[in-house]
Order: sequence, then C-alpha cells, then structure tokens
Amino acid sequence: MLYREAGQFRTTYQADQQLFPIRQDRIAVLLLLAFAFAVVPLFASEYLFRAILIPFLILALTAIGLNLLVGYCGQISLGTGAFMAVGAYAAYNFAIRVPSLNLLLVFVLAGLVATVVGVLFGTPSLRIKGFYLAVATLAAQFFIDWLFARVGWFTNYTPSGSVTAPQLNLFGWTIDSPTEKYWLVLAIVCLIALAAKNLTRSAIGRAWMATRDMDVAAEIIGIRPIYAKLSAFAVSSFFIGIGGALWAFVHLGSWEPLAFDINRSFNLLFMIIIGGLGSILGAFLGAAFITILPLFLNQLPAWLGINVSTATISHMEFMIFGALIVFFLIVEPLGLARLWTIGKEKLRLWPFPH
Amino acid sequence: MNWGFLLEVILGGLMAGVLYSLVALGFVLIYKASGVFNFAQGAMVLFAALSLVRLMEHMPFLAAFVLTLAIMVLLAIGIERLVLRPLVNQAPIILFMATIGLTYFLDGFGQTIWGSDVYQLNIGMPKEPIIMAESLVNGGILVNKEDLYAALIAAILVAGLALFFQKTATGRALRAVADDHQAAQSVGIPLNRIWVIVWAVSGIVALVAGMVWGSKLGVQFSLSLIALKALPVVILGGFESVPGAIIGGLIIGVGEKLSEVYLGPYVGGGIEYWFAYVLALLFLLVRPEGLFGEKHIDRV
Repeated sequence: MLYREAGQFRTTYQADQQLFPIRQDRIAVLLLLAFAFAVVPLFASEYLFRAILIPFLILALTAIGLNLLVGYCGQISLGTGAFMAVGAYAAYNFAIRVPSLNLLLVFVLAGLVATVVGVLFGTPSLRIKGFYLAVATLAAQFFIDWLFARVGWFTNYTPSGSVTAPQLNLFGWTIDSPTEKYWLVLAIVCLIALAAKNLTRSAIGRAWMATRDMDVAAEIIGIRPIYAKLSAFAVSSFFIGIGGALWAFVHLGSWEPLAFDINRSFNLLFMIIIGGLGSILGAFLGAAFITILPLFLNQLPAWLGINVSTATISHMEFMIFGALIVFFLIVEPLGLARLWTIGKEKLRLWPFPH
Repeated sequence: MNWGFLLEVILGGLMAGVLYSLVALGFVLIYKASGVFNFAQGAMVLFAALSLVRLMEHMPFLAAFVLTLAIMVLLAIGIERLVLRPLVNQAPIILFMATIGLTYFLDGFGQTIWGSDVYQLNIGMPKEPIIMAESLVNGGILVNKEDLYAALIAAILVAGLALFFQKTATGRALRAVADDHQAAQSVGIPLNRIWVIVWAVSGIVALVAGMVWGSKLGVQFSLSLIALKALPVVILGGFESVPGAIIGGLIIGVGEKLSEVYLGPYVGGGIEYWFAYVLALLFLLVRPEGLFGEKHIDRV
C-alpha cells in the first residue's frame, strides 16, 4: 500500500532520469543513510564495528570496484587481492614517506597507483578473452604477492615483512575510536557508491555494458574496445585500490602481504556473484552475506550446543560455505539483487499477482 | 656453461611438467565435454589422494585404489545430479563459480571425514636417484627414479585416454558432445550420462595425479593448491586440447626450472610462484586461444 507510484508524474527528462525516480525510494534511501550515520553509532558495540560493520563497508566498496569490471564490462578478474595490495602498500609508502600528506589525498594517490597497475595488467584483455583472461589476471595476483613479499623497499625494509599503518589524521581530527573509523569509511563508501552508480548510467557505463554483452557488436557500433576495456580496468582498480588502502589502514592497522592473497580475490568474486553481477546494490548485499556468513557458521555449533573441535569446525565451515554458494547459484543465479528487484516488483503490484 | 647441469635441469623440468600435465588433463577433459571451467580439479586431487591414503591403512593398495575409484565415480554422479543439472544453460561464469563453491565443499568435506594431517603415501615408488648418460657428458645426469615412474604413469594414462576417446563408442559420444552439445543431443546422445562419465574420468585422472603427487610430497592440504600450478599449463596449451595440456605442461615445467636456476638468483628467488603465469601470458599475447586451443570466430 505504501509502495505506490500512482500520482507521481515526471514532466521533465531530468525528473525521469534521476537516480531514484520513485519518491518512496528516495525517502527510504535518505532514512537508511540517516540511520547508518546517526543511529547506528548510538547502539553499536565495539565488536559490531570492528568485526562486522567496518569490514563489510570496505569490502562492499571493493566489491563495487570489482563489479564495474566483471559485472558491467564482462572482464573476469581474479587479481582483485593484488590490486587491493597495491592500494594498501602505495598508501603506506605515501603516508610514511610524505608524512604531511592529507589522509584523503593518500587514499586517492593509492587509488591512482592501483589504477596504473590495473591498466597495465588489463592490457592483455584487449587480446585475451573469457577464462583465458581470468587465468591471466592470476599472473597479477601472484606477481604482486611476490613483489611485496620480496622487495624490501615497499615494506620500508621491516624485517618481518609486516607493516603498520600510521595514525589516521584528518584535518587535525585523530581517528582512533571505532565509531570515528566507521564514519570515515561510511562517508567514503557513500561517495564512491554514488560515483559508481552514476558512472554506470553514463556513456562510459553503456559502453562497458555493450562490451560485456558482445564485444564484437560493440566495436561495430563504434565503441572502441581499447577505451571501454581499459577504462573499466582503470576505474575498477581505482576503487579497489582505495578499498585496499582502507582495509589496511582502517580495518587491519598492521598487515603483511598474506592479507591480500588469492583467497581475498575469490572472496570478492563470490560477493559480486552472490550479490548480483552488474548491480551496485548487489555489491552491498553480497558483501554483507559473505562477511556475516563465516561469523555465523563459526558460532553455530556453540549455539546448538554441539561440542566439536576447532579444526572440525573450520573444515565444516568450508564445507557449508561451499555448499551454500552452490545452493545460492542454483536458486538464484542472478544474485540477491535480483531477489530484491523481484520483491519490489511484487510490492508495486500487490495485492494483484501481475 | 655446464652442459650436463643444463640437461639435468631441463630433464627435471620435463618431469615436473609431466606432473603438471596430469592435473591439467582433468581441467581439459571437463572443459571439452561440458564447457565448464572446473576449478575444483585441485580439490578433487586432494580428495582422491586423502581417500586413497586413509583407505590404505585398512586394506592393501589395490583394494584401496579400486574403492577410491568407486568413490570418485560416486562423486561424479553426485556432482552431476546436484550441481550441473540444476545449473544447465547458465552463463559460464556461474558454472565456474559453482565449481569454486565445490572446491570449498570438497576441501572441507575431505578433511572432515579423512582428517587433515600430513599422510605419507607409499605405493612402492623407488626413491633413489640414478645417473644416466655418463658417457655423453662429464659427470652424467642425475635423474630421480620416482620422477621417471611418474612420467611413465602419466604416459600410460594419456595413452589410455587417447584410446578411450578414439576407439570406443563412449569416447566418440564424448567427442561429439565436445564438438556441439545440441547436435549431439539431437542424434540421441544422453548429455547427462556423458557428463557423469566425463566427471568420473577426470576424477580418475585426479586420483592418479593425487597418487603421484601424494607419494612425492605427502598427502596434505597443499595438494589442492597444485591446481593453481596447473592453470597456466591449461591456458598455455589451450582449454580444449589434450595434447595442449601435455605440451603446455612440459613447456611450463622446463621454463620454470630454467628460470629458477638461471634467473632466480638475480631477482631474489621465489619466482616460481608467478613465472609460469607470466610465461603463459606471453604465449597468450601471440596466440590468444593457447597453443592448441580452438580458434573462435566471433559473429555478430
């Protein structure tokens, strides 16, 4: 009953093409933002911030970046972890070598470095397609893992290879409590989600989608593949680089190259596939699902009162996680975002079936 | 330059390459017949090796081997029923993701029921090295006997597969499905049964690979990671080509060993993690479908 768009007439092109054309959506989004910014910090515990909310937001941001590349431009990448690592280590090096640099500038520069690396490893996509490309991006993953583990300059010659991020300072504001970190991450995520959403609605987004649907046809209607594919790699790596820098600086604090290994890449790929390929909302839903599921599975035996060894729990976790992935793919291959759309459609027509 | 040493490195690389080919074969078989990029091949290797080594604690090798074979066939049937059939006609990336889910499942399942320690697998492969060709080069060439046996096993397996594919009715059906799903189905080849057979065959390949690798390295979780070693082999040789998997494996094996010995010291070592990928990438830039992959003509 609440979700009716009758009576909302759009009389200008501007009104027709706005981000949320339905008034109820606009209100819902504003309410959600107000809730996230103002209400959540009132009740959330430190555990909730540290273990769930902050990782969820950063991974959602990274998943958006990956979704632009995989979901919108159709170029499968298994090197996400590596691009995150590039962002993290670039941010680290900027921060310790130029201590006067503004924190936000550090993140942007980290993103730009990741962009350059992303474009570099994206160039084979002009010639290699499909799974060949996916495996080729693994080259980036393994090479960059190795680079940060072996070349001392990147880690400032710390003997253990583990580096620690400097204190977070923004315009004289020291960000150290979980709530402050949460605000910082939330603000950046909102900005980037908005930017990504608008990118996908613009000419460049349409060029990506045309390339995804059929690259030969896209080329024939006048989309330069080199431009479409490399811009997708660039934008995606920029966001992923920022995500990596945030993950390292805000979530981990101190880290080693292993934090960005191939499992991270698969994890992010799971997020966008479970959430929904080619959907910004899907990146959020997928990130939430994949962040919460392992925590839930970990707690499950304790709740059920079953006494099993930790090794068995971790194996069972693997097993259930894998089974759930397959189950979700079978039930809804288009992801959680698709379920959301279906639900919204139903709501608009309710109480009629169609 | 020490020619004997160079030959030794190359020979070692060829042997390692054969082992990579064994894993790569599993990928190729499934990709050919169903168009699925089966990431779970490594997990299948681990699962088969774990089953074999734990069963051998209770029975002689041959019985354990046959029982593991049966388990792998059952697994193939299960995968076809529960994963492939519901996902038929989905986009390739969805199926790829499903096999990654399967990887997690198999890794967890195998270790839950069989345990997660390192198990020694002793199938009677000799370990002592032998020295060959002493008359040709100074000092001779040191070869691991175990590697020779492994190469022999791989050769027998490949020959067997080739015979199976070329000479039997089932093999012909498999090749027909690989060529064109719809055409094969329309002449009455049951696709579902073919998929079970293909997954069972690649399960058997996984068992052989797990046996050989397991007796070399011990059966442990890291066995499932050799799938990552085999991926560059697959893209180098081409996804659809059995000979490609063999030759790709040999190229990667030799390239990896040569680079480790002659290039590694200059860049700080440990380059075997990525060298195979970069090598495969360079080949792909020249031949985007791999060395022996099928050329695809894109039509609008």
